[in-house]
Amino acid sequence: MKFFALALCLMAVSAHALQVTDDRGSTVQFAQTPQRIVSLLPSLTESVCALEQCARLVGVDRYSNFPASVRALPKVGGGLDPNIEAIVALHPDVVLLATASRASARLEALGLKVVALEPKTHADVQRVLVTLGQLLAVNDAERIWRGIDAGVSAAAQSLPARVKNTRVYFEVNAAPYAAGTTSFIGETLTRLGVQNVIPAALGPFPKLNPEFVVRANPDLIMVGDRSSIGMAQRPGWGSIRAIREQRVCSFKPEQSDALVRPGPRMAEAARAMAACLREKAP
Amino acid sequence: MKDPKTLTPTLSRKREREECGMAALPPLPSRGEGRGEGLRGFPAFTLALILLALALLLLGTSIGSTGFDSVLAARHDPTALQIVWDIRLPRTLGAWVAGALLGLAGAVAQGLFRNPLADPYLLGSASGASLAMALALAVLGVSPFATAWLVRVGLTGAAFAGAVGGVLLTLALANGVQHTLRLLLAGVIVGVVLGAGKDLVTLAIPDILSAMQGFNLGSTGFVGWTACLLMLAVWAVCTTVAWLLGPVLDGLTLGEATAASLGLPLPRMRAALIGVLALATGTAVAQTGMIAFVGLAAPHVARSLVKTTHSRLMLLASLTGGVLLLAADILARWLTAPQELPVGVLTAVLGGSYLLWRMHKRSGGVL
Repeated sequence: MKFFALALCLMAVSAHALQVTDDRGSTVQFAQTPQRIVSLLPSLTESVCALEQCARLVGVDRYSNFPASVRALPKVGGGLDPNIEAIVALHPDVVLLATASRASARLEALGLKVVALEPKTHADVQRVLVTLGQLLAVNDAERIWRGIDAGVSAAAQSLPARVKNTRVYFEVNAAPYAAGTTSFIGETLTRLGVQNVIPAALGPFPKLNPEFVVRANPDLIMVGDRSSIGMAQRPGWGSIRAIREQRVCSFKPEQSDALVRPGPRMAEAARAMAACLREKAP
Repeated sequence: MKDPKTLTPTLSRKREREECGMAALPPLPSRGEGRGEGLRGFPAFTLALILLALALLLLGTSIGSTGFDSVLAARHDPTALQIVWDIRLPRTLGAWVAGALLGLAGAVAQGLFRNPLADPYLLGSASGASLAMALALAVLGVSPFATAWLVRVGLTGAAFAGAVGGVLLTLALANGVQHTLRLLLAGVIVGVVLGAGKDLVTLAIPDILSAMQGFNLGSTGFVGWTACLLMLAVWAVCTTVAWLLGPVLDGLTLGEATAASLGLPLPRMRAALIGVLALATGTAVAQTGMIAFVGLAAPHVARSLVKTTHSRLMLLASLTGGVLLLAADILARWLTAPQELPVGVLTAVLGGSYLLWRMHKRSGGVL
């Protein structure tokens, strides 16, 4: 009898076994494909929707705002300060969140399945799409990724040859933090064939001495709308070529979201940067 | 202390401290030893701090985004000359003045509240400034026709107004400047409430989060000549007023009743000192953000150098604050060049380790 039960158990597991290893390295077992999803990271929300599984989302974090349909969903707090009770009340089959979130342990203790994914680079976007495809039983995740990747390549090919050697400074915020070569944004710039004034050794988002930018003298500056305020008035910045010749692209908040989120909108981000380069590059 | 004449003020002072629940300040030096030591030590330390500041100024103009880059090399290279003149010099000088303002404000606060834990941000100026900054960032982000120049002045202006507003709110809650404890309590409450307001604003508009983080950690990176001269002017005014009002703080050390019996016009002078505190803090915060620890540590460092009267102590604390922040700023841009560390972290490391070393040397003595 005991043996029979065990065998039945094993059969049940092997019949529906769905195993996903997440970015924390922990393996999560699912008896069946999750139907109710809560996402606590905007890029993961966008990835689920890119796999055309938007309808399975039952709750998102307060920063998820794309595609428009997710704005109508219940908001369950932020990724780092989620409302545990609200999440539990939604009875999700799986909660998607960033590895940095402290909520994982609490949610798991309450009996919820948690998959922590932390996309940071282009390769991560692909990996997350494939993992989610596996989790949500979407078979053409690889095809969707290839479409996105082709979009980035097309944006790069749309650029005239003169743009290729433009030296670009991408400011993430006014501290000033820059987007380094190894960051998601930096990778997109590399794909577009332009040069980043930040050397790779400085890591993904270095906090720079403002003097460094003056000395690097970039040909073109890309910056979020808010950080662009007062940029020309910073001491000594008036002499930077990009500012002298007004080659500064400031992106609107909606565009900025696509630019800074390592998610399936990376082709859109590449197109926005390419449009900037076509218009403003020397 | 066996003389009955000196016994009475000591007792009343002790009682008053106990009533206020405050930690004890080092005893006021009696005329014989303290003044003598102060007179001997003060000019020497003042001179030493000024010389140290000048040396650091020279070093600061030689530390750029590529690490050590002698200021002399700039003579031949127009770009380097422009970088030294337009960026490094105002920023280096600005770090010194901001530190001097915070050191002065710290000494005023500690003297006024007779509390070694008092710091310049005590009266709600810090939380007022950050709330105003958050609101300004939130509003300016959506206003398309605000010109860049206006915006730049607007942000520092808003931070300054917020700092002063925070202090005024504290004063209103405390019914004026007469009750030390009420003022302290009101300052703490205003700090918490305005801080919560700032958190609500940043939560509602997460786009300003990164800009607010920059403000909270403090930076001298964007101090230009205008900001530098403005801070210097405020520093000159505040130091003069503080120097003149020093005797009031000396009198207050003996307790409020004794100070009043000495014929000191306490209410007016206290108001003037709070004015100095608010002005100095507000100016520094508006230009460089909330740099931690300088205002708390500088008076203690100055006091550990030399025991002296409040006028001199405030001047010394100011000079110490300048040296402390300048040294921290130089290290902040040198250690990981061309990256920068948040300067507030280094002020805490520098000032804190010096104070710990002093405490260790005195084995438990009060600083």
